[in-house]
Amino acid sequence: MNLLMIIRVAFRALVRNKMRAALTMLGIIIGVSAVIAMVSIGQGASASVQAQIESIGTNLLFVSAGAQNVGGVRSGTGDTGTNTLTVEDLDAIKREVPSVSMVTPNVNARSQLVAGNMNWNTAVTGVSEEYPEIRKWPVATGSFFTDSDVRTAARVIVIGQTLADNLFPGADPIGQDLRVQNLPFRIVGVMNRKGQDPQGRDQDDVAFAPYTTVQKKILGRDRIQIAFVSAISQDATYTAQSQITELLRQRHKLTASEPNDFTVRNMTDVAEAANETSKTMTILLACIAGVSLLVGGIGIMNIMLVSVTERTREIGIRMAIGARSSAVRSQFLIESIVLSLTGGTVGIVLGVVLSLAIPAFLGWPTLVSMMAIVGSVLFSAAVGIFFGYYPARKAASLDPIEALRYE
Amino acid sequence: MATNFAIESQAVQPGIALPAPVPEARPVIELDHIHKIYTMGDVEVHALRGVSLTIREGEFVAIMGASGSGKSTTMNIIGCLDRPTRGTYILDGEDVSQMSKDERADIRCQKIGFVFQGFNLLSRTSALENVELPMLYLGVDSAQRHQRAMEALAAVGLAGREQNHPNQLSGGQQQRVAVARSLVNNPALILADEPTGNLDSRTSVEVMEIFQRLNRERGITLVLVTHEPDIAEYADRVIVFKDGKIKSDHPVEHRRSAAEELKNLPVIDDEDDDEE
Repeated sequence: MNLLMIIRVAFRALVRNKMRAALTMLGIIIGVSAVIAMVSIGQGASASVQAQIESIGTNLLFVSAGAQNVGGVRSGTGDTGTNTLTVEDLDAIKREVPSVSMVTPNVNARSQLVAGNMNWNTAVTGVSEEYPEIRKWPVATGSFFTDSDVRTAARVIVIGQTLADNLFPGADPIGQDLRVQNLPFRIVGVMNRKGQDPQGRDQDDVAFAPYTTVQKKILGRDRIQIAFVSAISQDATYTAQSQITELLRQRHKLTASEPNDFTVRNMTDVAEAANETSKTMTILLACIAGVSLLVGGIGIMNIMLVSVTERTREIGIRMAIGARSSAVRSQFLIESIVLSLTGGTVGIVLGVVLSLAIPAFLGWPTLVSMMAIVGSVLFSAAVGIFFGYYPARKAASLDPIEALRYE
Repeated sequence: MATNFAIESQAVQPGIALPAPVPEARPVIELDHIHKIYTMGDVEVHALRGVSLTIREGEFVAIMGASGSGKSTTMNIIGCLDRPTRGTYILDGEDVSQMSKDERADIRCQKIGFVFQGFNLLSRTSALENVELPMLYLGVDSAQRHQRAMEALAAVGLAGREQNHPNQLSGGQQQRVAVARSLVNNPALILADEPTGNLDSRTSVEVMEIFQRLNRERGITLVLVTHEPDIAEYADRVIVFKDGKIKSDHPVEHRRSAAEELKNLPVIDDEDDDEE
C-alpha cells in the first residue's frame, strides 16, 4: 500500500461525505483567508508609511524644541512655552554645519481663513522659501514665496488643494485675497495635491506663509517649535544629526551633565519607528486571525474524531480485509491533511480576493504578501497533521473484532 | 472474462453429491491445542479449551455451536483477527499463532477472504470499488485491480452491477459483492461468518450455491460459521463446538446441493433475475 493509494483512499472517503468535508474546511478557509487579509492590510499600511517617508525624503531631519524623547516628565513640545529653538539657531545650523543644505522653520498658527463669504479653519504654517524643496513638495500653480518675502514678512500665502477647493470652488485662487485673522494675504500659489497620509489625515488641508509673517503678524512671538533640515545626502544625515546636536548644545551653553533641551531626529529613525508600529500591528492582526485558524483546526479534529467513531465499522472492515494499522492511520491523517490543505488553498484564493477588494471597499491600502501565503499553507498543513494525528491514532488502535461488531 | 464462473454455469453440473476431499490434500488450517483465555477484570474466561483440528485444501467445513460455545472465538483465531493464548495455528504452512498485529493484517490480506453476516461493504462506494479494496492493501496496480474486480463480480453473477452502491443492491446482491471481495485476492481460505443470517431463504440458497460452486470449481477452501443446521448441510463436513471444545466432527451424509434446489424453487420476482 503506497502513499499514492492511501491518498486516493482518503480522497474517496472525503468525496463520499462532501457536505461535511466542506463544512469542516470552512473553518480553515476562514482562518487562512483572515490571516492573509489581515497581513495584507498590515503590510499595505506599512508600505504606504514607507512610501510616504520616502516621498518626504530620506535625508530629512527634524529639529524640535524641548527634549522630546526623555521619558515621561519632560516630554512634549506642544505650545507649552518651550523657548529653546530660535531663528538664530537655525541660521547657525545652516551656516555652520557643512552637511546641512537647507533649513526651514515650521511654525503653526491655527486660524480662521476667510475668502469672500467663505471661511475655513486650518493651520497656517510658517516656513522658509526652501520648504517645497526640503519636503519634496512642489507647487501646482503659481509659485512659492521667495526669500525676500521671508525677509520682509510679506503677507503672501500658498494654499493646499483642499483650501483651494473649498474657498475658491471653480475659480483660480492665484492672486486672490485671503484673510487670516482679519489680515489680508495674497495667494501666490497652490500646492500639489498630496492626498491622505497613512493615518487618514488630509495633507492638503494646509496653508503656507513666510515664517516671519506668521511669527510677527499672526502669532505675535518668535519661537520655533519644529524645523526641517535637509542634509546634503542620505548618508550625511547621521553626521548632520550629531553636528547639529553639538552646535545647539554649544549655542545653548549646556554643560556636559545637562541633557539636551532640543531634539534632533532623522527620517531613518522615524521610518524605523513607523515600521515598528505597523509591524506590531501586522503581528497583532495576524495573531487574531491565527486564532480563527486554530479554531478551524480544532474543528477538523472534532470532525475527524466523530468520523472515526462513525466509521468504526468501516475501519473494522478495512482491517479485516488486510489493512495494517499504519494504513488506517495514514488514511485518516491524510484525510485531515487533505481537508486542511484544500481548505487552505480555498482560503488563499479567498484571502487574496479579499485583500484586493479591501482597497476598493474600505479604502485601506493592502499588500498581498507571499510570506503570508506560504505561511498559511504550511500552517494549515501543520494544523491537519497536528489535529489529525490523535483521531488517526485512535482509528489505527481499534481492534478489528470490536470494530466489526460496532453498530 | 471468466465466463466459466458466470451464474449460467450452474446447469453444467447438476447437484450431485460432491466427491469427498482427497485425504492427502494439503492442510490449510492446522489448529493444535488452541486455548483462548479472556481476562475480564478478575475473572478468567476459558473461551477455548484445547481445540485441535485440521482443514485440508478444498474442504467446505461448517462450524456450528450455540453462542458461547467458542465457535466465534475459533473463527476469529482462524481468521487471524485474534491470537490464541496457547497452542499453535499453522495457516497454509505458516505459523501465525504469535504474529504481530501488522503481520496478521498482511496474512489476512493475502490468504483469507471474509464474508460477514452484515455484508460489511463500504457504504457510498461502488460494488467495483468495494471489491477492489483488498487489492488496494495488497498493492495491486490499478489496471489489474479493475480487471480482477470485474472478473470476481462476474463470477458471482453481478456483471453489469459494478457501479451500483450497496444501498442500490438487494441483500443477496450485497452479499455476493462481499463474496466477490473475499475471493479477489485468491485467498487460501474463505471464512464466512453467518453469511445467510440476514438473508431470506431463497437468497440464502443462492449464496450457498455460489459457495458450493467456488468450492467445487476452484477448489477454494471454505469455512462457514452458522447456527442453522440446514445451512450447515451445504458443507461437506460439520464441526460442532460446545463449551470451548469440539463436540463432534463428521462429514455431511446427505449433502444438499444449492444448485439443484434453486431449480425447484419458484422464481421470485427478484430484480436480479430480471437482469438475467
